[in-house]
Amino acid sequence: MNILVCISNVPDTTSKIEFTSDSKVFNTEGVQFIINPYDEFGLTKAIKLREEHGGKVTVIHLGEPSSETTLRKALAIGADQAIRIDSESKDSFGIAQELAKVISEQDFDLIITGRESIDYNNGAVPGMLAAILDLPFINACTGFTLNGNSANMEREIEGGKEYVKASLPLIIAGQKGLVEESDLIIPNMRGIMTARTKPLTVVNSNGTADKSMSISFEKPATKQACKILEAGQEKELVTLLHKEAKVI
Amino acid sequence: MSVLVFAESWNGSFKKGTFEAITFAHDTAKKLNLSCVAVTLGDISDDINSLSNYGADKVISVNSRFDSCDNKGMSSALSQVAKQQNASVFIISNTNTGKCIGPRLSVNLDASYISNVIEIPSESSPITIKKKAFSGKAFEITQTNSSSCVLALSPNAYTIKENPNPNCQIDTFDFTSESSDVTSEKIEKLTGKISLAEAEVVVSAGRGLKGPENWGIIEELADILDAGTACSKPVSDIGWRPHSEHVGQTGKAIAPNLYIAVGISGAIQHLAGVNSSKVMVAINTDPEAPFFKSADFGIVGDAFDVIPRLIEEIKNFKENN
Repeated sequence: MNILVCISNVPDTTSKIEFTSDSKVFNTEGVQFIINPYDEFGLTKAIKLREEHGGKVTVIHLGEPSSETTLRKALAIGADQAIRIDSESKDSFGIAQELAKVISEQDFDLIITGRESIDYNNGAVPGMLAAILDLPFINACTGFTLNGNSANMEREIEGGKEYVKASLPLIIAGQKGLVEESDLIIPNMRGIMTARTKPLTVVNSNGTADKSMSISFEKPATKQACKILEAGQEKELVTLLHKEAKVI
Repeated sequence: MSVLVFAESWNGSFKKGTFEAITFAHDTAKKLNLSCVAVTLGDISDDINSLSNYGADKVISVNSRFDSCDNKGMSSALSQVAKQQNASVFIISNTNTGKCIGPRLSVNLDASYISNVIEIPSESSPITIKKKAFSGKAFEITQTNSSSCVLALSPNAYTIKENPNPNCQIDTFDFTSESSDVTSEKIEKLTGKISLAEAEVVVSAGRGLKGPENWGIIEELADILDAGTACSKPVSDIGWRPHSEHVGQTGKAIAPNLYIAVGISGAIQHLAGVNSSKVMVAINTDPEAPFFKSADFGIVGDAFDVIPRLIEEIKNFKENN
């Protein structure tokens, strides 16, 4: 089974988000970059599927050379090989077009992405890939089992879940549930050492133009100081929520 | 040219987010001097005319059946209507269905795609719009550079307003659907549960509750407030509550009017997912809990002591109001 996992390189979840150059640019100084958490669930699932059914796990990422640290981490976790599309960061449309070109030149049975990246949260690349490559697409996928060429899946819907079925090749956008938090693999020393010699191929960008651009950023307004009450003042809280906040 | 909006339905009924999207589309169309056209897919049991109350100038009903998971078929039908109506802006709700359809529409229509938008465009040429980014830690102003765009509206971000249009015209559109490339086998709806994305009030609890057997008071509090229930990441990781309840940076991002956090310390990752809430209340034994820096109101105290009394006080309030 030939599995591709799309990896996004994002600021660590504990990062404070700051901007420079007149709030136009995200300030990466002192920010640790990690594998997008939703993608890490997908990568772990891919490794489990390889253990059960054999095959190969490839990770792919579009970015600058500095993002190779994150790709090496994916190799240390257990991917067999990595591809980096050499490009400055693009919008979802640009990324999807670039990925689709590389994917269409190879033969993948399953393409796994995260539901969204935790930086720009667009959640658009998997659906766009499905449209460009004309493949079945399951979003917010929380369960996946394989029976020959057919996949049984669970997906989250508003207020519940749906069990669905589709034939390979297909695209899933995963999240927690695909595997559990406790299934995530922390690379050991052997994994880190072998990751250094696993193939990491760099391919050129095809030069797709973006369809949107970032103009500037804003931070949420700072809240007024919290009104702190003591245990026993529940009645006061109800009054505040009714009269002052007007939410009940 | 027109602003098209997908009037999403589930089992033939419109959702709250649908009316938010229609209101948003009406206001966007007004700003851009275009007409606002709503599109429904499949059989609708609700009154289609209700869409005109929120400002649709025209409603187009696509006559076909769609599987709940047939995102390819739905996108294909919507793209055809968009082309027929010469739509320059296509608006959807950023729901689970919307997230499957929006990116496909963008490719079909060669349009730019911007999701999690929270305000109508500030500029019309090119379209410039504000969206959530960094999982709620910031907002991004984005500009499109294509002649058309698909905008996915964040749930609970835009207030529903009535803009009745008595001259709203209702048309039908014939679409022949192919068989879906994904088939639905079974749907499990959690009965009586309020969907977190649409909930106006959310009651959430963390490790401070000490064990899954203690969630009764949280559910009771949620019940009397007609609230959805949520939890912190550690609680869903240890399996005390289902993953679908996890709110935070790597779980769900929510934006209710009122968020009550019980026994949640308020780590930066948790706050990222909930700080779009209009009012936040923290209840925690630790007066130094970081949540008190972000909340609007707080009670320092033990949940097992405070929550039962809070439930009583809300009951009293409800009887007298």
